Amino acid sequence: MNVLNFRTIFGAVAGLLMAANLYLIFAVAPTDAAQGEVARVLYLHVPVAIMSFLAFFFVFVGSVMYLIKRDLRWDSLAHSAGEVGVVFISVALLTGMIWARPVWNTWWTWEPRLTTTLVLWLIYVAYLMVRSFAPNRSRAGVYAAVVGIIGFVDVPIVYFAVEWWGSLLHPEQVLGPLAETGSLDRTVSMVLLVSSVAFLLFLGHMVMLRMSLRDIDDELARIRFGLRRMGRPPAGEGAA
Amino acid sequence: MNRALGPMAAIVWKDLRLEARSRDLLVSVIFFGLLLVVVFSFAIKPTPEMAEELAPGILWVAFAFAATLAMNRSFIREQEQGGLDGLLLSPVSRDAIFLAKAATSFLFMLVVEAALLPVYAVLLQFSAFSFTLVLTIVLATLGFALIGTLFSALAAQTRSREIMLPVLFFPIVLPVIIAAVEVSTRAIGGETLFGAGRWLPLIAVFDALFLVICPWLFSVVVEE
Repeated sequence: MNVLNFRTIFGAVAGLLMAANLYLIFAVAPTDAAQGEVARVLYLHVPVAIMSFLAFFFVFVGSVMYLIKRDLRWDSLAHSAGEVGVVFISVALLTGMIWARPVWNTWWTWEPRLTTTLVLWLIYVAYLMVRSFAPNRSRAGVYAAVVGIIGFVDVPIVYFAVEWWGSLLHPEQVLGPLAETGSLDRTVSMVLLVSSVAFLLFLGHMVMLRMSLRDIDDELARIRFGLRRMGRPPAGEGAA
Repeated sequence: MNRALGPMAAIVWKDLRLEARSRDLLVSVIFFGLLLVVVFSFAIKPTPEMAEELAPGILWVAFAFAATLAMNRSFIREQEQGGLDGLLLSPVSRDAIFLAKAATSFLFMLVVEAALLPVYAVLLQFSAFSFTLVLTIVLATLGFALIGTLFSALAAQTRSREIMLPVLFFPIVLPVIIAAVEVSTRAIGGETLFGAGRWLPLIAVFDALFLVICPWLFSVVVEE
């Protein structure tokens, strides 16, 4: 087997960058003057949250392409990005709570960005549920794609509804189109950038791993099916 | 366009006539709506001053739950008798079938809400005679009907279909519920249409967006 395939190299780069990222976060980044050590969660919380949104964008792209092309590889992308995205957004919610407790003095508050994230979490958990409740694999892909598209189209509406509904507790945006330039210390923004790239590669690596796991699952199902047709029940299913 | 309207009207008429003859669903959904407001009242114990503040929230939670209850049946009933296969085999476009089904749910929910609103107004002690409130109910119910019909068709074909619809429905219609509660609070408080601000346009955008997307996705869901 070729050990030095693309995925292994990609994973190695992602791992090395993540190690460097940890060093930067704990050794190089300055300790926050007001919040102390807990503010370091920023370098985990913000990149993970952004990458989960990116994962849901992949779900949307995979869903649309699957419905158009009916190529299972697109479904595999949507499925894998959906699962990894749910893990990422769960981490974003949990780190947010850990951060909110000492800084805002509460685990949870119905603040716009928290609420949007929670709604996203609900939508994509439902997305995974639809997949597991569908009658078969090809239908699962189609139903999930429908939810993946509706869910993604809904995101901006949820965002505006929640933004107008709640009060603002988060600091001004540090990343993205509405970012205020110069709102962050240069070292902080550098570390945040490195961390974002590290988590981007990590997300890519996880999605690729999940996609190949799906291939292996399919292969296993084919082998089992073949064995059963040959009259030899696969090991673990008991002899007839 | 005109060629689609005839069959659509026929499907809507068929569903409404079916409902008018049995009245199973209409009676049970309205009764469910009444139960909800009674349960809420016991759970929260609203005083007259609180009632005005709580009424919009209770109103919309009740309407949304009643909607999932009603729309759960919309495709399960078709499937039990093999009616959906008949519909799909008929020479009518899938878009027309979806829009007809959504229109039926929309009309059905408007009847339910028209029956419940005066009762809620009495029990929760607010004034229901507001153009803004009525407009909000119409727009939000359209959004419920579009999303609910699509997910009802999808949920009917999955395992544990009764639970699948609410699980999918609520996270997606959450912005509509938020907006509807906001407008209703202002409407009950005596504000005019312009006092409702950007909330009504938000619901309208939601409706327009899903009016375009849902028919396409419906044709995907029922293919096979």
